[in-house]
Amino acid sequence: MSTTVPVIATSGLRKRYGRTEALRDLTMDVGHGEAFGFLGPNGAGKTTAVKLLLGLARPSGGGGTVLGRPLGDREARRRIGYLPELFRYQPWLRAREVLTLHADLLGMAGGAARARAIDDTLGLVGLSDRGDDLVGGYSKGMQQRLGLGVALLGDPSIVFLDEPTSALDPLGRIDVREIIRTVRARGTSVFLNSHLLSEVEQICDRVAIIDHGRVLAVGGLDELLGEPEVRVRVTNLDEQARAAMAPFGAATHVGEWLTIRPIDPDRVPDLVAAIVGAGGRVHGVDVGRISLEDRFRGLVGAATAAGSGAEPAAAGAPVPAGSEQAAPTTVHWR
Amino acid sequence: MIVLARLTVREALRRRLLWVLIGLSLVSVALVGWGVSALVALARESGTEEVTIQLGVSQVLIFIAFMFSFVLAMTAAFLGSPAIAADLESGVALALLARPIRRADLVLGRWLGLSLVIAGYAAASGLLAIAVVGALSGYTPPNPFVAVLYLAAQAIVLLTLTLLLSTRFASVAGGAIAVVAYGLAWMGGVMGGVARALDAAPLASAADLSRFLLPSDGLWRGVVHGLEPAIVVAGVGGSPGAAANPFFAEDAPPEVFLAWSVAWVAGVVALAVVSLRRREL
Repeated sequence: MSTTVPVIATSGLRKRYGRTEALRDLTMDVGHGEAFGFLGPNGAGKTTAVKLLLGLARPSGGGGTVLGRPLGDREARRRIGYLPELFRYQPWLRAREVLTLHADLLGMAGGAARARAIDDTLGLVGLSDRGDDLVGGYSKGMQQRLGLGVALLGDPSIVFLDEPTSALDPLGRIDVREIIRTVRARGTSVFLNSHLLSEVEQICDRVAIIDHGRVLAVGGLDELLGEPEVRVRVTNLDEQARAAMAPFGAATHVGEWLTIRPIDPDRVPDLVAAIVGAGGRVHGVDVGRISLEDRFRGLVGAATAAGSGAEPAAAGAPVPAGSEQAAPTTVHWR
Repeated sequence: MIVLARLTVREALRRRLLWVLIGLSLVSVALVGWGVSALVALARESGTEEVTIQLGVSQVLIFIAFMFSFVLAMTAAFLGSPAIAADLESGVALALLARPIRRADLVLGRWLGLSLVIAGYAAASGLLAIAVVGALSGYTPPNPFVAVLYLAAQAIVLLTLTLLLSTRFASVAGGAIAVVAYGLAWMGGVMGGVARALDAAPLASAADLSRFLLPSDGLWRGVVHGLEPAIVVAGVGGSPGAAANPFFAEDAPPEVFLAWSVAWVAGVVALAVVSLRRREL
């Protein structure tokens, strides 16, 4: 497959379960070797999207390709790794046997090369010394590591990881992030479903923010986090003077803090001059970027301010990088 | 498919259910052997004719076979009902079906593996019981291998039904439905026999329909026929009450019924494939 063809391309992908719209109009591309984060709270539609991409569920509309093949294509699945969100491997199998089973299902040739691949995988996920133990005796974290190993077996071109660190303690999360970085260094594309903002920020190049089945924004982390803001601690600035700052960017005022977002960093001195010119007394200036969490809250908040029931994007309408769509109003976010 | 069949056999061997059943079967065969041995010894002591003793043992052996038939039906339900459902509940199915396999491979692999297990268990327990009874009483049924084949076929029919249910229902629900269906099919056979004895054609037709829908009772009659001595068939066959007796079979199941049974199994496996294929994971 040419490296110019995206590993994942979807257009207007939709899924409806009865009266519930689990995923609406997902249009996106994921490039070769890219780590793409699918970020949203529980129940946002992330797992549904992965199931559609793997052919485990049938789309209600739209379509797409993975590795240049139609969704669910068997040949493509030979080069795909998948870690489901909720799973328990067969408790009566040993970890090495679980990997052997998946090597068989992948059609990996037997012999020393395969045994070495299984050993390497056990080593990669830190289970070398527990490979001959029954999975039934594994902790949830060890099961998760094994699941990650199963997903990475056979050197896939892309791995779908659905909440890969949800059962892990902080050290385990660091380990998993390291494993994912190692896999990326081999050129494997990563599709990461997560509700953990910090995880997505640390691993992914690009992110789609999703809630209630709707993609709110898609873009590079730089694009999504790139809007600089300035916080100015100011006194003696009346409401009329604050309103006069609108040309610099959207302003919010909490206590003595005036926040302008977004703002061109080159204009910060002009802003300060304007505040002083309007009679304000400037006590401090803090130029920074918003966090992904703030970005998410901002997206949802914008939709709330615009009124609930905002219409979703038209089917098939692409979501340009860094762009936003109207969002539903209620968000449960950890 | 073969990979998944192998996995299924390994699972049956590693989990305790099969070993518990084998242990209980050995205990059952030992108890039955002791009972038959005591019965034969008492009858011989009291001067009962050998022919009568052999006839009595032949009927006891049919009841023993019925006990095994029931145990096999339960085993088929226990093994078959979680075959797909447990994979779906645990998330294992997601990991398996994301591999380059078809959903049909999962169904066929499970069916093949469990059929081998249940047929092997039926053959081992059935032949052991017949051998023990033969060694202790001197009675050998006319067609022991045919009887065991029917026993295994009956178990496979129920296994196939539970496998289909397993694609749609939780493990316990599927097993319960299969056990009830087995009981109803057996009662359908009994009622059909009574209806024939009483010349009640509509009821007999209804019983034939139950045998058509689930061929387990028809195959049970094949077990009975394989164990029934010719002298009993000649003596009792044709009498009005014979058809009403679920532990007597004058004839072997007709070939058309056997063909239907094979088609039934193939059709229900195909339905299971379609059912899983259409299921959202």
